[in-house]
Amino acid sequence: MSVQLQHPGYAEERLRLAAARLPCRETQAGALLSLLGEPEQYSYPSIFIYGHRATGKSHVTQTLLKELEMPHVVVSCVECVSAGLLFEQVLLSFFGSSSSELLPRSPSLSDFVRVYRQLCAQVPATQTRYIVLDRAELLRDMDSNLLPGFLRLQELVGDNVTVILLSEIVWDKFRPNTGCFEPLLLLFPNYSKVELQQILSQDSHPSYSPELYSAYINILLGVFYSVCRDLRELRHLAALNFSKFCEPLETGEAKEKDTHKLWRNIEPHLKRAMQTVYLREVSSVQWEQQQAEEREVGAVRGLSAHDHVELPYYSKFLLIAAYLASYNPARTDRRFFLKHHGKIKKTNFLKKHEKTSNHLLGPKPFPLDRLLAIFYSVVDSRVAPTASVFSQISSLVTLQLLSQVSHDDQLDSPKYKCAVSLDFIRAVARTVGFDILRYLYDFL
Amino acid sequence: MTTSSVSKGCFVFKPSSKRKKRALDAEDYFTNGSEDYETSKERFQLCQALWENMRAETEKVQDELSKKMLDSVLEFVRKSSASFLSREEDWASRMRASEIPTAALVLGVNVPDHDMTFQSLSDRLQQTVTPFVVSVQAKECAALKHLLQKFLQRLMGLSVTVDEEEEEAGAELPQRRVHCSLSALCDWYRTVCQKPSGISPGKKRSSSAMEFPPRPPVILIFKDLEAFSSCVLQDFILICSQYTQQLPLLFIFGIATSPCTIQRTLPHSVTSLLCIELFQSLPCTQHLATVIDKLVLTPQQPFKPSGKVLQVLVGLFLYHDFSVRNFIKGLQLSLLEHFHSQPLSVLCRKKEEAVERAQKLSHQEVERIRQLPSFMRFVEKQEPEEQVQLLTSDDHVKEVCQKLLEDLRRYHKNFYPILRCLHVLTSSLPKYPLGKQMRELHVSCLERNVWETEEYESALQLLRMLAKDELVAALQKCVEILKPGKTKNMRDALQQLGTLTARFQQPDSSADPPAAEGSTEGKEDDSAPGQGLQKKTDLFHLQKTLLEMKESRRSKKKSPFELLRNETVEYIDSLVKMHLATPESQPLYEVYYYTSSGTLRRHLNATPRTSIQTALSHPYCYLQNEALKNEAGAISSSAPDLCIVYKLHLECGRLINLYDWLEAYSTVVTAAKGDDPDSGEKGKISEVRHARFIRAVSELEFLGFVKSTKQKTDHVARLTWGGC
Repeated sequence: MSVQLQHPGYAEERLRLAAARLPCRETQAGALLSLLGEPEQYSYPSIFIYGHRATGKSHVTQTLLKELEMPHVVVSCVECVSAGLLFEQVLLSFFGSSSSELLPRSPSLSDFVRVYRQLCAQVPATQTRYIVLDRAELLRDMDSNLLPGFLRLQELVGDNVTVILLSEIVWDKFRPNTGCFEPLLLLFPNYSKVELQQILSQDSHPSYSPELYSAYINILLGVFYSVCRDLRELRHLAALNFSKFCEPLETGEAKEKDTHKLWRNIEPHLKRAMQTVYLREVSSVQWEQQQAEEREVGAVRGLSAHDHVELPYYSKFLLIAAYLASYNPARTDRRFFLKHHGKIKKTNFLKKHEKTSNHLLGPKPFPLDRLLAIFYSVVDSRVAPTASVFSQISSLVTLQLLSQVSHDDQLDSPKYKCAVSLDFIRAVARTVGFDILRYLYDFL
Repeated sequence: MTTSSVSKGCFVFKPSSKRKKRALDAEDYFTNGSEDYETSKERFQLCQALWENMRAETEKVQDELSKKMLDSVLEFVRKSSASFLSREEDWASRMRASEIPTAALVLGVNVPDHDMTFQSLSDRLQQTVTPFVVSVQAKECAALKHLLQKFLQRLMGLSVTVDEEEEEAGAELPQRRVHCSLSALCDWYRTVCQKPSGISPGKKRSSSAMEFPPRPPVILIFKDLEAFSSCVLQDFILICSQYTQQLPLLFIFGIATSPCTIQRTLPHSVTSLLCIELFQSLPCTQHLATVIDKLVLTPQQPFKPSGKVLQVLVGLFLYHDFSVRNFIKGLQLSLLEHFHSQPLSVLCRKKEEAVERAQKLSHQEVERIRQLPSFMRFVEKQEPEEQVQLLTSDDHVKEVCQKLLEDLRRYHKNFYPILRCLHVLTSSLPKYPLGKQMRELHVSCLERNVWETEEYESALQLLRMLAKDELVAALQKCVEILKPGKTKNMRDALQQLGTLTARFQQPDSSADPPAAEGSTEGKEDDSAPGQGLQKKTDLFHLQKTLLEMKESRRSKKKSPFELLRNETVEYIDSLVKMHLATPESQPLYEVYYYTSSGTLRRHLNATPRTSIQTALSHPYCYLQNEALKNEAGAISSSAPDLCIVYKLHLECGRLINLYDWLEAYSTVVTAAKGDDPDSGEKGKISEVRHARFIRAVSELEFLGFVKSTKQKTDHVARLTWGGC
């Protein structure tokens, strides 16, 4: 607001246009612009911009680069399944369509640098070229030389090029062990409530007054600000619920001025939205349908309401056995599954660390032998060790009810963990009439 | 082979192409091991025909069952593709974050069964909504690039590259390499959509693209969502969400467990990019019930599995896999086994054909019929002259056989409707004495005469106490079931039940008295405790009055309703006794019923470990060598080395000393040869024997019974339980 975008190297008009499109990010845009410098000047080799989701990182960067007509390329690192794709996109946008054919198959960073130099010699940069790498945290998972290489690309190719990295993660998590060129850091802080209000109010509905929409946004933020500060999500929610907000106006029950009446109408509705559509329990289409048809909200059950899983009989017992093996210390198996186990006192029987609840510590891995031993003693009838019993274990793994801890290749005594919750296993045990709490060490 | 060459070398001999052996097909395998060679061809064809019939039936059933869910998915797809088109105009949809419409299909844990559902789903989508339907499986998509590659490959029909591998350039884009990225896909989509008649090189189905709406959605089916790794999915959805403006994408998730898995595998930031709607398929038990209903509980199918066989198949389903497909496969196997092992199965066909075939029975086949236990029982019941006739005259047997086949046919026609009636009547009783599902009742009817069981008694008891409206409702259902029946018995039963129901409903006079009587009874009851209270000090009197009350209640005259109810139950009982006799009681039942459940279980529910152990401890079972036969617990030296080593290792503890083991082995082997001079001299073990031992041990290691260990030198660890 107070800070106007100003820079001697760029046209006043363009700067004003860009500033209009960047509400509440004037400071950051100004800082970035001064870092970029004038078009012909060399800029700092690499800039690292970080901040939470939807704080305008990409938006500010892209708007500036586009509005001020600087040569640039924006690459999203998620899309680059291989480094080659990344290189190709950069070359394509800087040097035209035929340039990427110079790259060999599965190129390395040095191939890229070589090709870049070669092309750059033919078309030297008149302005600073910018490479924007969105979601740069994924660079860390690619080749280890990629991130350090990009950080000092200017030096490597000897061209006027600047790399801008965008990420939601702080720089400390990036720094490779071997050390690298330190980029300039630029933080985009979260929007404040006032700023959010200001930005959201800009997309007012064409058939209503901006003041009304602004009032609506005010109510919306009052409900949602405590749980969600994601601008994108808030805008989505605002769009979803606006028709409900306008209902009294449509029917003529209220005027635009009756703010209180409108608030009373919309507030419980928004609260319900927070529990359903915000969590994506109910999809937004279903939510709109509900509004249109004035149904009870309970009519469409959320996703997590369906947590019942039908399993074959032995699979249920295998799962129970796995749960017991995961949450009981192995030394207590004697006590639970042997007939004449004698009395074991809980306190002096266990080591100190085992006294804390196993359910707080999470599931522990167990070998296949133990799973089967418990299975055979838990299941009430005699079960032949058939191939299908074993195949059920692996299908439980694919269903993500068990998870294999050891490596896939380990054929000899594989280890598993049980990945279901206590509530789930209790529901399963109830269907087969098995009192699981009696067998759990934590509940003795 | 010899050559005329004088020098040494390698020579290639081409096999003379004319003598090329024909690959054996199913029929040859069928006839080779079969009992009766002459008729085996005929039986094979019969079997194939029956199977085709059954398969068509099951496909029909499955289509019907999944129709409802598929229809709603199609509706969803249509709606969301319509919303793609209207996206730009509307304020609300412009403001909304662009979500990818997603249908979550909850299909149950029997993952292999899903293939069929997805196949028909994608077929129907391709026929009606969009030509662009791609399905991917988790095992093909270990990493993001594989997923992208599969997606693009199947959609564009082009060989797209991942790591810039060489590729044959498509006709449209000859100068550009196509990369495995969604932007390439967008370009492709734009070109395809701009000229609807445009035929892109690899696409076969684009000829029909004209019929689809402009900008048809691109549908990606994830067949098994649980098995996908979460980061692959996350990244993929993130990428796709960036292209929603250009590319009308739509996902279909196949979920085996519960929809919660979506929220478990994907973080909120990713699920907020999806607009998920849930669709649920029928539970698989219901699916199974329908399949059994259509394939087994019908007189149309001549082939019948016996009670035991059904139990094995249903047990496999309920205890192990919940897979309807496997159940049908099991049925197919039993069909094949039946025709393979039972020569008389030539008669197992439709009635007219069977009667016709019965006239042409050969002498050998007639002999076989005479040897059937059920036929022997039948013969024993006949008059002596008749018996002689049956045992001597082939023609007479053929005559009788035709009659019996017709009887059997009629028996089946009566059996199933009455079974259904009994199920309708008993399935609502408390505690389900005869089972909740029809298949349970069916199995118990096949196993023994159902009226001899205790459960049946208690079910009838409960029926006698049923309220009027329930009974009438059940009877009406029975009437419905019996209506299509064509045999005389069924029509009689229908008429009888019809009049009974009518009598229940008709005069309210019959219903009123019990109500009135009930109220008087209630009054008596009210007064009785009052009396008891008055005389509460006198226990003896109290007991006496109670006894009297009981007596009076028993002797009380029954109301007309109760009489009618009893009559009805009696009638049902008589129907059951007449028609629900076990199939074993029917002569010639072996022709239709497949009974060897043991074979089936061995084939379908294999026990690899048990068979290995049997092979090792009782080699006779597999080798059929007489020398191995007579051994109880002793270790025979004539057994294979592996068996000897195995038996010796059973006597050891967790760690086995190799040298001791070798010694023991050597003792066992030499024991047979009596006084072997070699071993007697020095106690040394010959090299051959040593080598044999080592080979046996490594074979045992290969089978997974022992493994080498670092705990002690010269020891191996035992991997199985037990030990002494």
